[in-house]
Amino acid sequence: MAPDTKHLEVTLDTHVESVNVAEEMCLRVAESAGFGEDDCYRIGMSVREGVINAFHYGNQEKPDKKIHLAVDITPDKMIIHVLDEGKGFDLSHVPDPLAQENLLSTSGRGIFLMRAFMDEFNVVPGRTGGAEIIMSKKLPGANPVPNGQGGQSAAPQQGQGT
Amino acid sequence: MRATYRDAGAVTVVDIGGRITLGEGSALLRSTIKDLLAEGRNKIVLNLGDVNYIDSSGIGELVTGFTTVKKTGGDLKLLHLTKKVHDILQLTKLFTVFEVFSDETVVIQSFQ
Repeated sequence: MAPDTKHLEVTLDTHVESVNVAEEMCLRVAESAGFGEDDCYRIGMSVREGVINAFHYGNQEKPDKKIHLAVDITPDKMIIHVLDEGKGFDLSHVPDPLAQENLLSTSGRGIFLMRAFMDEFNVVPGRTGGAEIIMSKKLPGANPVPNGQGGQSAAPQQGQGT
Repeated sequence: MRATYRDAGAVTVVDIGGRITLGEGSALLRSTIKDLLAEGRNKIVLNLGDVNYIDSSGIGELVTGFTTVKKTGGDLKLLHLTKKVHDILQLTKLFTVFEVFSDETVVIQSFQ
């Protein structure tokens, strides 16, 4: 970790209330990092969706599993990691919630919302064998992300999706 | 989340406030619609004027409510969207699914 990076990490139970705890924690970090109201809303919503994904799809609501949340504040962006203890999933297998046949689906919009609300979004194999969502938002006033390094990317894995 | 409902003829208007999110919010919305259907009331307006937050679970619950009510031959329409709910429904293309109104009299008349 770079010396000018601030790091915060917490391990959460696989419980509905962990979604609110994670959201509130990241909102406090985002506010102190200088994000405005709209960006805080987008960050908070993305954290909610990431932890809901870990709670429901990754850990399958099993209370013996944990959700690992980490936040890094670098000189130019806020990076959020959400790691579950599930089987991982392949982003390319996640159905498009905007496809006509999926509009009436009752689930499957979490990944879409995180992609829409954050500057960068990725899923990689986690150190616990589960999926690790990594997403970031540029800090207010930071220089734009250089070409080829921004936007959304995907890291295929095996297993189930959300 | 909080929800109360009132009858306007054959139409039931459900006034919802707070956050429709994973857990209690989604569960309360589900049970409210279930209760109304059990009473035979399937012309439902969800007044979301005081809903300041909705996540993917809440969106899913709206869709579940919509499809459940439709299966009974009724309809579920939305009234008074806040900006946040409006933007989320637009982003997820659910504006093409739900009928959305900004006038209570108009939405009640639309069931006739």
